[in-house]
Amino acid sequence: MRNYLVLRVVAKIMIPFMLLYALYVQFHGDYGPGGGFQAGVIIAAAIIFYAIVFGLATARRVVPDWLVETCLAAGVLIYAGVGLVGILLGGNFLDYFVLDRDPVAGQHRGIFWVEAGVCVTVAGVMLKIFYMFAGRRREDDDA
Amino acid sequence: MISAHLPVLQVVVPLVAAPLIVLLRRGLVGYVLAMAASAFVAGSALSLLADVWHGGVISYAIGNWPPPWGIEYRIDAANAFVLALLGVIAVVVAAYARRSVAAEVPAEQHYLFYAMYCLCLAGLVGITVTGDAFNVFVFLEISSLSSYVLIAFGRDRRALLASYQYLILGTIGATFIVIGVGLLYMMTGTLNIADMAARIGAVEARRPVLAALAFLTVGISLKAALFPLHLWLPGAYAFAPSAVSAFLAATATKVSLYVLLRFYFTVFGATFVFDALPMGGVLIALSVAAMFVASATAVFQADFKKLLAYSSLGQIGYITLGIGFASKAGLTGGVVHLFNHAVTKGALFMLAGAVALRLGSVRLDRMDGLAKAMPLTCAGIVLGGLSLIGVPGTAGFVTKWYLVLAALEAGSWTLAFVPVASSLLAVAYVWRFVEVAYFRPPSAEVARLSEAPPGLLLPAGALLVAVVYFGIDPSLTVGAAARAADALLAGIR
Repeated sequence: MRNYLVLRVVAKIMIPFMLLYALYVQFHGDYGPGGGFQAGVIIAAAIIFYAIVFGLATARRVVPDWLVETCLAAGVLIYAGVGLVGILLGGNFLDYFVLDRDPVAGQHRGIFWVEAGVCVTVAGVMLKIFYMFAGRRREDDDA
Repeated sequence: MISAHLPVLQVVVPLVAAPLIVLLRRGLVGYVLAMAASAFVAGSALSLLADVWHGGVISYAIGNWPPPWGIEYRIDAANAFVLALLGVIAVVVAAYARRSVAAEVPAEQHYLFYAMYCLCLAGLVGITVTGDAFNVFVFLEISSLSSYVLIAFGRDRRALLASYQYLILGTIGATFIVIGVGLLYMMTGTLNIADMAARIGAVEARRPVLAALAFLTVGISLKAALFPLHLWLPGAYAFAPSAVSAFLAATATKVSLYVLLRFYFTVFGATFVFDALPMGGVLIALSVAAMFVASATAVFQADFKKLLAYSSLGQIGYITLGIGFASKAGLTGGVVHLFNHAVTKGALFMLAGAVALRLGSVRLDRMDGLAKAMPLTCAGIVLGGLSLIGVPGTAGFVTKWYLVLAALEAGSWTLAFVPVASSLLAVAYVWRFVEVAYFRPPSAEVARLSEAPPGLLLPAGALLVAVVYFGIDPSLTVGAAARAADALLAGIR
């Protein structure tokens, strides 16, 4: 699809806004619909869109495989890390009350980082699945 | 400070180890982390078992939200026993995995294998420790999804098909479980298991509760491979890598049976399930069918791992038979068999893996005279086989003793003969191996083989020592199982 000028131009215009929208969904998750899962899906969708228009090889240069694999592991670590910080600060696992002097602010801080972890992992998993399916050639099936 | 957080750390440590292994991308690092996580689970499980030995209950509120609003991890004698079993098996399998995985899984996938192993362990531990019905489902999915991947690591391409079959049936099972939990939530307004148990008696409409019981029974039976819902198991165990067969055979179905126990005895209550409803009779009938049909099928298997898998189905029947009696002796027999069968079948699958490593196959028709070439491996298999039969002096005997006691206590002479009669079928399938390995002259192919490496024999040997030790002096296992039975029967109403 690299030859379709309209598609390429539209994609180039759209993708930054998609990523921006993902950040909006991520950070607005506290107050309205949204959150880490949805934001992660939108980020992945933006990159998948890029891969469809500009080709898988180009997308893999922008978001390499090692980065995808790192993301999908790092998100879980961020999530579990928040839980362990709760223990280190003298609370229970995933205890957000102790994350700040004000328990309500602590709840905000805790859910912020947990959602960040969810976003990173979901984006990573979505892209990993896409890369694995898209990168599969016919020879692989016969191997 | 750490000890107060052990209930949750047991889940968190393997859960954190998995992404760390993926980040570090080294097979050896993966092995070390998996081993460390397993050792941590084993150590903390044993310490928790010691803590609840005298009937205490440990409750841990995740996120400091008090139960029943938040998720509670709740440990009593029943799940502490299962937890200890998980920890011990995890360590032994991790020790075995180093050599076995090196031979069976491509080197570039080692780190993924160990990551999946940690995830599977985290899921199984999570199911066991949690006191929240929905949390059970979540961890069930974690352990199931990772075990599908672990099975697909098998070298044989049929591993993919077996894994896919398990995926379909496992997903149906998980769906039934979540529908059952949903119905219970609808009727009681709570997801906390202890709270559910307190409220379920006040529920006026019985039909949704009956539906919940039906969905949970079918769903959990699918995951536990209770006859006739066992179709996924033989393929999955036969084609998975040896370490995975040993791990899943020793833990996965056992944890599902624990979930069944928890729902029957703690949530619904034994009076409702066994007196108001004929579930005891149903379970006993299915168990007897499993013991005979699956064991008879095992006799005719050409593949040794398949033979062991069908034998597992029969042995699951012993456990559910004990549950079906719903008496102290029956439950003690059933629960102690969780452990006895886990160590026996774990050791047997490990030794089958040792044969596969040297011979390249586990087909019985290629094992002619194997005992000459691999005397220790074959002796180990025979010892494990004796425990499957239930010969006195092995762990299998202890189980059968309690099951016969429970049957006599229930006043049924016929049922007392059932475990004994099905032992004869076990004799038949164990004898098939003995006949091939000991009484036939070694083929040219077998004569060239050497004994399996110590990296495989030692872990299997450790489990066999447990088989013999707990066959001769079962006070520890039976004591723990009796306490677990007490804990389950405590809420009887």
